[in-house]
Amino acid sequence: MRTQTAAPDVRARWGDGHGRPVHTGRRWRPLVRAAGRWSVLGAFAVFTALPFAWMLITAFKRNSDLYNPAHNPFWFNEPPTLEHLRYVFHNTMYAHWIANTAMVGVAVVILTLLLALPAGYSLSRFLGAWGGRLGISIFLVYLVPPTLLFIPLARVVSELGLQNTVWALIVVYPTITVPFATWLLMGFFKSIPRELEEQALVDGYSRLGAFLRVTLPLAVPGIVAVMIFSFTISAQEFVYALTFVTSTARKTVSVGVPADMVRGDIFDWGPLMASAFLASVPVAVLYYFVLDKFVSGFTTAGAIR
Amino acid sequence: MKSTVAATRPLARVVAHGRRWVGREAVVGPALVLPAFLYVGLLVGFPFLYAIYLSLTDATTGNPYGAFVGLQNYVEIVQDRVFRQALRNTFVFTITAQVAVIVLANVLARALHATQRGRGVVLFLVLLPWVAPVSLATIGWLWILHARFSIVDWMLRQVGLLPPHANMFWLGRPDLAMASVIVVHVWRMLPFATVVLLAGLSSLPRDLLDQALVDGAGFWRRLAHVQLPLLLPILVVAVLFGTIFTFTDMAVVYVLTRGGPFESTQVLSSLAFFKGIVGGNLSVGASISLFLFPVLFVTAVLMLRLARRAEVA
Repeated sequence: MRTQTAAPDVRARWGDGHGRPVHTGRRWRPLVRAAGRWSVLGAFAVFTALPFAWMLITAFKRNSDLYNPAHNPFWFNEPPTLEHLRYVFHNTMYAHWIANTAMVGVAVVILTLLLALPAGYSLSRFLGAWGGRLGISIFLVYLVPPTLLFIPLARVVSELGLQNTVWALIVVYPTITVPFATWLLMGFFKSIPRELEEQALVDGYSRLGAFLRVTLPLAVPGIVAVMIFSFTISAQEFVYALTFVTSTARKTVSVGVPADMVRGDIFDWGPLMASAFLASVPVAVLYYFVLDKFVSGFTTAGAIR
Repeated sequence: MKSTVAATRPLARVVAHGRRWVGREAVVGPALVLPAFLYVGLLVGFPFLYAIYLSLTDATTGNPYGAFVGLQNYVEIVQDRVFRQALRNTFVFTITAQVAVIVLANVLARALHATQRGRGVVLFLVLLPWVAPVSLATIGWLWILHARFSIVDWMLRQVGLLPPHANMFWLGRPDLAMASVIVVHVWRMLPFATVVLLAGLSSLPRDLLDQALVDGAGFWRRLAHVQLPLLLPILVVAVLFGTIFTFTDMAVVYVLTRGGPFESTQVLSSLAFFKGIVGGNLSVGASISLFLFPVLFVTAVLMLRLARRAEVA
């Protein structure tokens, strides 16, 4: 198929065999097309990456450079500085926020795996047609937004005595991660042939043994995706974190930076941008690696095969 | 005889009995599913019912149980000017942003689909708004749209569209603040729609497209008669999820404008937060966020119908 579509280009480049190009205009067409495509891509990339680029530049700019309207904002008119980074780590709770985020993330990953692994496995193996139905029903729970439930959950959290602790987040975040993780793992287990397990049963392994020795190792990519997904979702979450945790030292980074980096009404843009950039890039990179699985989860939920 | 044997070794019998049960898939299956469904069901189902209950009381943070007041909260909020503004804003923001996202995502996904070399780098840059934490990414916009040091203003001044020392005050004027919130929503949802469409484009059957090409169908004909109909289901998926995410989002408005100026960018979720959590009026806050539910419900039903239709096909 490809050779067919490539044929006109080849003829345009090499002529018709008699020393003449077939169509002079055609020679440039692929180039023009590529240039057009790259300018489209470039424009979009500038739009999507602009806030992050501006964060990065701001993080290293001196205040005297930053707040001088005559200066070109995209240029280091004065030498760059590490002053803002130093401020972030010495004068704010940033290190605490990072530690809280990591702790919540790891705990949520563990809870998610404990709940979603057995559920996903069972939905794919034991429950027949009901497996699919239950699977899509729990996936739909993923679509229930925090902004629908945060007020009653704030009451639940305070009744449980978890108000203003990271434990509130650890308990509540699995309501977001478990539905999606169960759905993803169900799909993963489905793709692993049953026969492999049955062979292990014939070889004398117990059901659990067969699962642990045969199925689980094959599901490792799915499990890793679920771990990364659960971690990044916990690190990104904003509404519950804003609602349940009020003390500065107990906040996660996604709330600490926008809510507590600001002193009174004074926005210290250098430290603010430095901390936002530092926290968002690792999360973005992690998430980027599992995004294709995330998207295929969505498209299969829409049942496009 | 039998019974005495059984009586002398009751433990062994129970263990054997238990093992047979555990081995049975009809028991193991549901038993493995139960914890996840119970956890999620309790922490989503109960709060949802509790939200409905709260909305029928006059509960506040100081008086968390309150007294039953029937539909009074709903009657009051629909008469509230700010609520109606927030309801209107939520729809305006969602619809405008989704239309823009679908158009732009189509262009972007097509350009990405046709690109081989360098695609990974562009894809990463394009995906950044979606994969980075939304609140932190939006702070970047807060700084871009700053009243005095906005880089957009600086660029406009450079090309002469804005007089020297003048500022647009992007987040200070109702019309510009609304436009800014919409742009940030578009920016945030564009990557998601793009990758969903990209997945759709790569799953298009090549022979059908080639056939159309051989038959001499031009670009627009191929787009309208071959590609769009084939892409429609996945386009619907992108729109439905995008609608839910934008309709219920609070982070963008909270970080950029806190609903201001003069409530011009207030949305249902942010209003619920300010009334219910900041103001401590639990019942009114719960009633406001319950207004999100009908849209969610309709979207979920559409999803399920789509799923069923694909199953039949």
